[in-house]
Amino acid sequence: MKILVCVKRVPFTGGKMVLAPDRTALETRHLGFTISPHEECGVEEAVDAMALGIDRAIHLKTDGSEWDGEATAAAIVGAIRADEEASGPFDLIFAGNESADAGGYQVGLRVAYALGRPCATGLKGVKVEGSSVRCEQDTGTGRDVYVLPLPAVVTVKEGLNLPRYPSVPGRMRAARKPMTTLNRPERAEQNLRLVELSVPGGPGRQTKLLGSGASAAPAVVETLKEIGVV
Amino acid sequence: MTVLVLMEDGDPSRQTLTLARAWDGELHAVGVDAVEPFAPDALAAMLQRAADDLGAAAVLAAGTDRGNDVMARLAARTGLPLAANCIAAQPADPVRVTRQRWGGSLLETATLHGSRPLLTVAPYSFRITEGPEPIAVDAKKYIDMLDPRDRVVRVSEHIDPPGGGVSLAEAKVVVSGGRGVGSREGFAIIEELAGLLGARVGCSRVVTSAGWRPHTDQVGQTGTKISPELYIACGISGATQHMAGCKGAKKILAINADPEAPIMSLADYSVVGDLKEVVPAISAEIRKHR
Repeated sequence: MKILVCVKRVPFTGGKMVLAPDRTALETRHLGFTISPHEECGVEEAVDAMALGIDRAIHLKTDGSEWDGEATAAAIVGAIRADEEASGPFDLIFAGNESADAGGYQVGLRVAYALGRPCATGLKGVKVEGSSVRCEQDTGTGRDVYVLPLPAVVTVKEGLNLPRYPSVPGRMRAARKPMTTLNRPERAEQNLRLVELSVPGGPGRQTKLLGSGASAAPAVVETLKEIGVV
Repeated sequence: MTVLVLMEDGDPSRQTLTLARAWDGELHAVGVDAVEPFAPDALAAMLQRAADDLGAAAVLAAGTDRGNDVMARLAARTGLPLAANCIAAQPADPVRVTRQRWGGSLLETATLHGSRPLLTVAPYSFRITEGPEPIAVDAKKYIDMLDPRDRVVRVSEHIDPPGGGVSLAEAKVVVSGGRGVGSREGFAIIEELAGLLGARVGCSRVVTSAGWRPHTDQVGQTGTKISPELYIACGISGATQHMAGCKGAKKILAINADPEAPIMSLADYSVVGDLKEVVPAISAEIRKHR
């Protein structure tokens, strides 16, 4: 079994979205970075399935500019094809259902189509059973099940599992794993072109301070009565 | 001019029609139930053929799980760009859209370059309006044309949800705890208050990551998006990813020890204080009024 997990590095935002001066990206000088939550679960699922951890990594390092879903998928497909040529095919490819930042909802499916492999999306259950993979998708009224023949692509959502926090020895082991960096992969033509970002304004809410500590309880209950929930 | 829409039951598809009417053309529709059991590649193939036959100027769907899934397949098979979760669009060449990023915490203006723009519409961003209803596409004709490969991905089984109670998404009142609750056991006071209000218990992502509550309780961009009458957020700082899940609440009450926490200026009501004192005091006060 050979598994690939696609992850995207995204800014670790806090309580406020602050734009860079040119308004085409977030101001990230004061932010850390993380991977999209859905993809964290993809990594956990793959590590769990393999029972040993990640063997190696491929880093597609861009110039940091905005890439649309089509260009992103094309770069990933290029890397997958080259890797499969050299080291054999992946049985299962994980992607996040959508990235935390751009939220394009398409990269995993575009990769699947380019490779001619079946794909199920938004999964909260993934189980390899022989030469197929059983996929469970939350529908709000239960779960739909898909059974895909391998090789396949699956896109997953947070809630699939509970990702572990990497231990210190785990991080040290990971640092010794081979990583191939593909610097500035060619960017395909952008057909969804970002013009500008903005922080949604609107009237917002007027906050009324009801009090401090336990002595605020009567005022809170008065308010709950006004709203009609008590 | 014609516009093709993928229709599902429910309000998001009706809201999608509001945006589709901006094209001022004839509306045609393929139902998401045209292929049973649900087979998203088959629906994408049908949309592709129908859009070609109609010479559709654009194809739209609601930004639901199903809508985003089928439209991304249509985008992949046609090599066309897809703008997901739009909240505005101007039909021109190129089509200019405003779409949600970060679960709606940030907006992007973008242009779509391709012969046929593909859009999904962010749920609850448009009102349902009266107007010409879409004409149903002759589904049978396109079903007969399907390639068996387009039915490989299909729903083969449905599992009913574990019974019991109203779902988080539909709850009238939600009482959530965040990092400030401190532990799994700390949720006892949250559960007590929720019980008194007939509310569902929710939580922030920190809580599910710590394993204190299941992911099904998580409110936020990657959890459940809620729209209750009242949302009580206890010990939750109000990060954008959390607010993306609860901004649909009619009223928000924040209880936080830190008066500078972002949620304290994003809520309708606030109480400054240790939730371990404030929450039990509110529960006691409610009991007095019974």
